[in-house]
Formats: sequence, structure tokens, C-alpha cells
Amino acid sequence: MAVTETVLPPTPPGSDRGLGTGRGRVLRSLLHNPLGLTGGILLALVVVAGVLAPVLAPYSPTQVHFETPFQKPGTVGFLLGTDDLGRDIFSRLLHGIQASLKVGALSVALAVVIGTPLGLLAGYWRWLDGIISRLTDVTLAFPFLIIAVALAAISGPSLTNAAVALGIAQVPTMIRVVRGETLRIKESDFVLGAKTMDASGLRIIFSHVLPNAASAVIVQATVIMPVAVIGEALLSFLGLGIQPPTPSLGIMLSDAQQYIFRSPTAAIFPGLAIAAICLSFNLFGDALRDALDPTNSSRK
Amino acid sequence: MQQDANTAGPQTLLAVRDLDVSFGGTPVLHGISLTLRRGERVAIVGQSGSGKSTTVAAVLRLLPGSGRITGGSIDLDGEDLASAPEARMRGIRGSRIGLVPQDPMSNLNPAMKVGAQIADALVSNGRPGVTQNNREEFKRRAVELMAEAGIPDAERRYGQYPHEFSGGMRQRVLIAVALAGDPELLIADEPTSALDVTVQRQILNHLQKLVEARGTTLLFITHDLGLAADRTDRIIVMADGRIVEEGTPRHILLDPQQDYTKTLVAAAPSVSAALSPEDTSAAAQPEEHAPVPVVEVRRLVKEFKLRGQRGQVVSALRDVSFTVAQGTTTAVVGESGSGKTTVARILLGLETPTGGEALVGGESISASRGPERRRLRRMVQPVFQDPYGSLDPTFSIERLIDEPLRIFGIGDRASRRSRVAELLDQVALPRSIAQRRPNELSGGQRQRVAIARALAPEPELLICDEAVSALDVLVQDQILSLLADLQDRLGLTYLFITHDLAVVRQIAHKVVVMKSGEVIESGTADQVFLAPRQDYTSELLSAIPGAAFAR
Repeated sequence: MAVTETVLPPTPPGSDRGLGTGRGRVLRSLLHNPLGLTGGILLALVVVAGVLAPVLAPYSPTQVHFETPFQKPGTVGFLLGTDDLGRDIFSRLLHGIQASLKVGALSVALAVVIGTPLGLLAGYWRWLDGIISRLTDVTLAFPFLIIAVALAAISGPSLTNAAVALGIAQVPTMIRVVRGETLRIKESDFVLGAKTMDASGLRIIFSHVLPNAASAVIVQATVIMPVAVIGEALLSFLGLGIQPPTPSLGIMLSDAQQYIFRSPTAAIFPGLAIAAICLSFNLFGDALRDALDPTNSSRK
Repeated sequence: MQQDANTAGPQTLLAVRDLDVSFGGTPVLHGISLTLRRGERVAIVGQSGSGKSTTVAAVLRLLPGSGRITGGSIDLDGEDLASAPEARMRGIRGSRIGLVPQDPMSNLNPAMKVGAQIADALVSNGRPGVTQNNREEFKRRAVELMAEAGIPDAERRYGQYPHEFSGGMRQRVLIAVALAGDPELLIADEPTSALDVTVQRQILNHLQKLVEARGTTLLFITHDLGLAADRTDRIIVMADGRIVEEGTPRHILLDPQQDYTKTLVAAAPSVSAALSPEDTSAAAQPEEHAPVPVVEVRRLVKEFKLRGQRGQVVSALRDVSFTVAQGTTTAVVGESGSGKTTVARILLGLETPTGGEALVGGESISASRGPERRRLRRMVQPVFQDPYGSLDPTFSIERLIDEPLRIFGIGDRASRRSRVAELLDQVALPRSIAQRRPNELSGGQRQRVAIARALAPEPELLICDEAVSALDVLVQDQILSLLADLQDRLGLTYLFITHDLAVVRQIAHKVVVMKSGEVIESGTADQVFLAPRQDYTSELLSAIPGAAFAR
């Protein structure tokens, strides 16, 4: 009887409604969320500005115009005005965004590459958890800025070193996120099923745990990114990150500080840029979290 | 329909007429009409997705998300709820219509004392005789309600938190909350589906007593036809957002008119379990010749250490022994906490026993290592309860079924691919679904995929841990007949772990009854069902709903 019976239609009414195939569903959910859409557009603008900085910038960011310092925004030739040395703020802003994104991307990559495997190991094997989690706790006990300052001081200030310092400072949070996901996924029936097939621990980690934890890693990356961007601005502001005259949003802020009353716009634009970068990642990350969450299938 | 349901008289409490409900642009309820007279007990029966819970949500005007009432009226004692303003509805919910929700685990606030939650319901309903800011009075009334709902030692338990209550006790708390406003209509939405059978019976008996004593009208939502028949005066059968048939339990169970109702009655395990033994063909053959045991469990003991309490242990299993003969089905039954799942996990090699042996084909998985263990694991495969949790959502169906073949290193790419197709045929799924993902399939289809995956390495023994209890009756029936069919064709042996005795009656040759980590009775299905030797077994048997309708 069982063989001849009719098979139920593929999509029954009720629980499965509204769930499309993987990627299409995520994209649709992102586009239908107004905040996600805003974040996405802002993110696209920021990335385009950063990547195309050399093409879009009308001047070299380090080119000085001693005859025209402190120009107001809207001056012919200088869209956002000039700073104390007559450098074009618009050009410096674009290159500064590029530097921020570079540092952000590098430190996120570092946090993901180091944090994910450690988190997987800590979550899956209890005896490793003791070692890795205690180390994580110790690292978290230091404020991340102290670590970053110490690393930058030891290895000398530069873009790469700032990125490494910020990345390492974010590794513990990444470990925690991945470890938590691993603990959850490890208890699921499909992992039990794989064990009864005599699958090895590594096999389970790579074929079951990692793909299911991926969305949490992606979302956490969008959380780390703005932290790293602010961190870069902070280190550069303190003189521990990117070195002048190379443009960076933090250096622009620090330079503008002396002339803040004479030319406030020189500080406002880099400040706005930092806010825009952070906001875009936060909004996009929030929407992405909702879109990737398989339990969030509320009928809309 | 038996009687003209649409004539509203003074006796009528609730009259729903031509109710249409849509979610977004999708209509889900089509012209629902039903009438409840005062003091009547009515059941709505249907599978998940049939619209029974949506009907309730519409009456309470608590439709989730984008749900809207698009047509018809809901008349509660002369007042149309379909168009009532939200402020008015707040006065109606709780004080005129009470709701006992489905899941006692998630419907109580874990951070709030139980008594305070009942008192909260009293305050919000502001019944006469209970004045605002009168703590002692509220407390006294809440304790009274708890005692009425059958919670012993109510005075002391008033100050406890939900986690200190068992599932059955929490459900009683929810009943107390629902009755706090002294409603005329009580809606119970699958109130006991998360509970063990014996607890289920106690709760329902109690609910019935309360409802009768107060003269409350009861609308009972369930997927269990047997339960509905036992507990109510009238049954409304729903499917796909429509009312299919309506009538007395006797009429629905013994003389169903519509085809859908007929399939539902035939599939309801609780009803057919009560029928005479000749009718249950699969379970009838006694094993006269001594066959080779595939499973041999000898004096199995398992103790779990309690965390944070040195030296303290909980005994999950004490001295459990039984055997399972080749090609037969043995059911291990018992309530939650009886140790039945621990036995399954030990046999699967997921736990190590503290003492005794669990042998599959004469050898123990947990004692073996390396290639030996790999060989043994091929012989035993599991089918889990929840088809949503047992399939990795990131895998395609082909990759899921293929997984054991890849791990055990069976065949090459091409032969594995054809084996997957063959397995899909065996579980009656179309080959075209191979590239889909689990979230695109229904619960029943997923469970078929789980069975196909379990069959892939050609095991001798399938351990089904509550394999059908998460499914609707019709789907459950299909999966059970698929399993029976596979047993006939492939000579498989099943160990069926379940709390549902009605299912056991349908499929098992042998039954092992467990309680508190011990086997208290075992024998052939007929012995256990027709002549139980232990009181506990008889209690379990009499708790099967629908038994009264055996012919």
C-alpha cells in the first residue's frame, strides 16, 4: 500500500509557506526590509567610494595648496573645501574611507580565520574547551584598546599593524559566537545521526557544524567591521595607526582638531564618513541576521 | 450536517457565520460556520494546516502577522466580535472567553511566580468581589483557583516558579489562569498534546469536571479523533480551511459520510487500537520458532552523574533485559523519564552503559573500536522523532541520503547516485526531489527521507525513537504502513521507542513496558494488550483515548 499511495504535494499549507530556496529567500527578505535596504544602499555607496577613491578623487590626497587653505565647502575646485595645508578634503575623505575599509576587512578576515576554527574546536571537544575558553576569558579581561595600543607600540605604527591589532582584539568574541553555535548544533539530531554512521569528529565539524554556523559568523563579521573602523580611526587619531601624510579618517579628525573653530567642516566630514560606514554595516548586519534565521518564517 | 447549526436562539452562545480569513493575499479559512450552545462541549478535529487554530485565533481576534478577517461574522451572545474594537476585545478575552494554550512549557513566564501569574489574570479581569490593591484577597482567590485546578498544596506552591512544576502541573496552572475570569466559553487548543498519556487523562478528566461544575461551554481543538470522541458532545472535522463534516462522536466515528472523515477515522490509531485483535493483522503472528535475536540487552544499567553534586547519581536504567528477534518489531513503551530513549542511545553507541551489555548481532558497539565498530554501526541505524531536526538544513536530499554511503565508503559516485534513486523509490518519494533541500518538504516527506537515509547502509536493525509521534494522523498512518512494507520486503528488525500505545498496537509483535528505568512487563502484543499483568500497564492501556468506541 505504501508504494502505491500518492505522495503529498511538495509545499503544504502552513509551516512551510513563505520559505523559498536558500539564496533567493535571503535576498528577498533583505530587500523587503526597509532598514536592510537602506543599509545595503549605504553600504554600496561607501564601498564604491572606497574602492574607486583613486579614480573619483580630483587631487592626490597629499597634494598641498598653500595659497588656498581653509576653503569652505562648495568652493570651485574643492567640493568639500580644503584643510589647514590646502589639501582637498573630498579627495582625502575618499582615500580615508578606503583606508578604513582596508583595515576593517583585514581585521575581520583575521578574526574569522583565527576565531572560527578555535570556536569550532572549543565547542565540539569539551577538553579543548577548558583551554581555549579560559584563554578567551583572559583576553577579554583586557580592554581591546589596551591590546591594540600595546601591539601597535611593539610592532610600530602602520596600517597593517593596526589591522592586526584590531583583528586580534576581536578574536575572542568570534570564538565565543562560534563556540555557542557549535554547542547548539552539536546537540541536534542530525549530528547524532552522523555519529551513528561512524562519522569522525572532524567530518561532523566540517560537513555539519561549519555550514550551519556560517550565518552566525557572517553576521558577527558585520558587527566586528564597524568596531574595527572606529578602532582604526581611534588608533590613527592617537598616532598609533596610519602615519601622516597618508590620509585616514582618524588623522583627518586629529588634524582638524587644532582649527576646529576656524574650519569646523574639516572635522565634520570625516566624522560623518565614520558614522556612515558604521551605520551601513550595522543596519545591513541586522537585516542579514533576520534574513538568515531559518526560524524567522513568520507569515508576512 | 446533522442539525441546522445556523439558527441562533437564546441557547446559542457563539455563532460563527461564513467566516473568511486571509493571511496577506492568501485565503486560509473559507466560509466557516459553527454554533456553540451554552454548556455544550464541541471538538474541532483536523490535521495541522487544516485551519483549526486559525479559527480559534479569529474568534479571539488574535490572528498572527498579516492575518485578517475578510468576511462573515462572529456572534458572541449578540455581540459581533468580527468588527468589535480592540478595546472591547480586551474586555472579552479572559473574562468571557478563556484560552488554555497548547504548550505548558512556553506559555508561563519563567521569571514570575506561578501564583502571581494567576493573580495577574484576576487583576486584569477585575471580577466583582475582587477589589483593586487588595493583595490578600487576590492571593486567596488565586490559591482557591489552583486548588480547583487540582494542584495539591496550593498555598505553598503559590510562591514557586514554573520550572519547579512538571508539565502536567503547569498545564493545570494554565487552566487556573484561563478560569480566573470565570469565562462562559473556554477554548482548549490541544491542551494535552505535549503530555504523557496518563497525565493527559488526569488533566482532561479534571478539566471536564470543572467545565461541568461551572456550566462552561467548551471548544476543544485537537488532532486526535479518539480524544475528541471521548470528551465532547459534538465533533467538527476541518480540512484545508473548510468544515468537512459535523456530528456526534458516534456518528463521526461509526458512520462517517465524507471520504475525508473516513480516511481520518481509518488512520486514527487510537480508534483502531481498540478494535479486536483479528483486525490488527500485523501484530497477530506469535513467534513460535525461536529466531535469532538481533538485539540482546542483558542486565543493562546506566547512571548519570549529577553536575555540581559530587557523588550524586541518577539511575536512568536499572537492570534492563530483553531481546528482539530478527525480522520482528519490538516496541519499548513508557512515559517520559522511563529510560526508553537511554536504551536506544546505548544500542546506537551514543552512550556507554555503566553496567551490563547491549548487544547487536552478538556484539557491543560501545565496547568496540575502529573498523569493528564501523562494521557494527552499519547494522544499526536510527530514525528520530523530529524530521525537522534530524536532517541537516544545509544539505540537499541527495547528499543527505548519500551521507552514510560516503562515510562507510560504499560504492563510487555513479553507484551511489543510483542507490539514492533506488532508496527514494523504496520510500515512495519522487526521484525529482533529490536536488531539493529539507525545508522545501513536508513533515511526512522529511520522515521518508530520514528512513531512506537510515536504509542506505543496508542495516539489519532500525531504531525508531518516537518516529511518528510528531506527525499528523494521516501521515503517521502512511509512515507506519511504509515501515511495515519495508519490513516485509527487506526483512528488517525494528525497535520502536514510543509513548503512544495506540501506535504500538498497530505495528508491534512484542512489547516491553518500562517505568522508572526498569522493565515492568514484556510479552507479545496480544498478551500485553489483552491480559496486562501489571496495574501500571492497565492504566496506560485505559488511558488510550477512543477506547469506548470499540465495536
